[in-house]
Amino acid sequence: MQKYSGFGLLKHALSYHENWQRAWRNPKPKKKYDVIIVGGGGHGLATAYYLAKNHNITNIAVVEKGYLGGGNTARNTTIVRSNYLWDESAHLYEHAMKLWEGLSQDLNYNVMFSQRGVLNLGHTQQDMRDIERRVNANRLNGIDGEVLDTQQVSEIVPIMDCSANTRYPVMGASWQPRAGVARHDAVAWGYARAADLMGVDLIQQCEVVDILQEDGAAIGVETKQHGTIKADRIGCVVAGNSSVLAKMAGFTLPLESHPLQALVSEPIKPILDTVVMSNHVHGYVSQSDKGDLVIGAGIDGYTGYGQRGSYATIEHTVQAIVELFPIFSRVRMNRQWGGIVDTCPDACPIISATPVENLFFNCGWGTGGFKATPGSGNVFAATLAKGEAHEMAKPFSMFRFWDGSLIDEHGAAGVAH
Amino acid sequence: MFSIYCPYCEEHREEEEFHAKGQAHIARPLDADNCSDQEWGEYLYFRNNPRGLHHELWVHATGCRKFFNIARDTQSYEIKETYKIGAQSKFPLTNDQ
Repeated sequence: MQKYSGFGLLKHALSYHENWQRAWRNPKPKKKYDVIIVGGGGHGLATAYYLAKNHNITNIAVVEKGYLGGGNTARNTTIVRSNYLWDESAHLYEHAMKLWEGLSQDLNYNVMFSQRGVLNLGHTQQDMRDIERRVNANRLNGIDGEVLDTQQVSEIVPIMDCSANTRYPVMGASWQPRAGVARHDAVAWGYARAADLMGVDLIQQCEVVDILQEDGAAIGVETKQHGTIKADRIGCVVAGNSSVLAKMAGFTLPLESHPLQALVSEPIKPILDTVVMSNHVHGYVSQSDKGDLVIGAGIDGYTGYGQRGSYATIEHTVQAIVELFPIFSRVRMNRQWGGIVDTCPDACPIISATPVENLFFNCGWGTGGFKATPGSGNVFAATLAKGEAHEMAKPFSMFRFWDGSLIDEHGAAGVAH
Repeated sequence: MFSIYCPYCEEHREEEEFHAKGQAHIARPLDADNCSDQEWGEYLYFRNNPRGLHHELWVHATGCRKFFNIARDTQSYEIKETYKIGAQSKFPLTNDQ
């Protein structure tokens, strides 16, 4: 496999970039694997990568019904941060953040991780109290964060209307300088290429239609295109479709799948060099390297698998963005899409064993999974390798909804992600 | 964008007047004091989340403010039926899950 480098780029320029190797193989599935990962999004591919790299398990298949990184990995607003309130989630997301910081080198793939900082705005006194509490909790957990007042916010984002004339004036913000954005597709492609290099079979257009069991233990999957594929352990990382797979295995999950929408504007010149999020008026915006404004809306209230939501949801978000940034009022929107997010009652993920032996689920990331991709894959790989939850994954068992040990990140985490 | 028929107002109104409230017909355990943690946890948090037919509770929040049920396909988003609280759906609940 060719190593990507600046020199390689120059070399290939001489042959008009026509001789690049394929980034990964397109293998036929074997009859049996040590581990099957269902779902070839960022989290699933990261899981495969860390299984091979950290746990020396390379007889792995990633089974994907569409194409790699074609679900929520391709549909998010690319924000990466780790300023969560509770210890359990803060540790998990900070674990991911530390992996993000070395990810491009680690994968030999430029994921364009840009630590341009994230502002979580406060518009009410209660917002500001929550922000202070969260920033203090973050700092005790070794996560960078500052509480800013209105003046400081307007110095970071001069184009934002920080005056008292808005309907919900900006009273301040939390500021995490190490947070930022990453190129979402590159994360999936980078993990895919690096995993493939270590021998992981990436099997695309292969839909799982049943989880095969024997004596209460999972022994393989039945697929539509390639028949039965057996495995010692199975990890499901299928986001919005988690409940569908759980149903195949014979249990339910505390999840509801909702459409979450986002939109991008036409490309404009560089004007916003950080990420602005507001929980109270609900909108978040950043500017991509291409120049388009990337705007995230909220989830639609109803459950749905249609990868599209209601227009009113977009309208509410755009109203909030225009109120904050009057300068954007005449920017035209280019594209809009929806992804299906599996939301948990406590807005925290499930990384867990299940009632079926040898079957593990990594799901429930809801509206905020992208930022956790490396950490999620890392701890889920450890969980699959040992057959029991990684230390960091233990609090995220699905059985916390039986005994009540929920991790209530709702609202506490700055914005609905 | 849904156009929803409210069975109380007996009119089609825009989706923005309504709020979705999740799965319908969740029975509260009859003997709540003697539930196991698992039974109570499943009543509180575990939900049918079907890709297909789903029975849901909605409220006509800015209209008559009454709760009612919708049978809807979560993939095509087609609303198959709206019916009052206490009424039976034409579509069997067992297909949900």
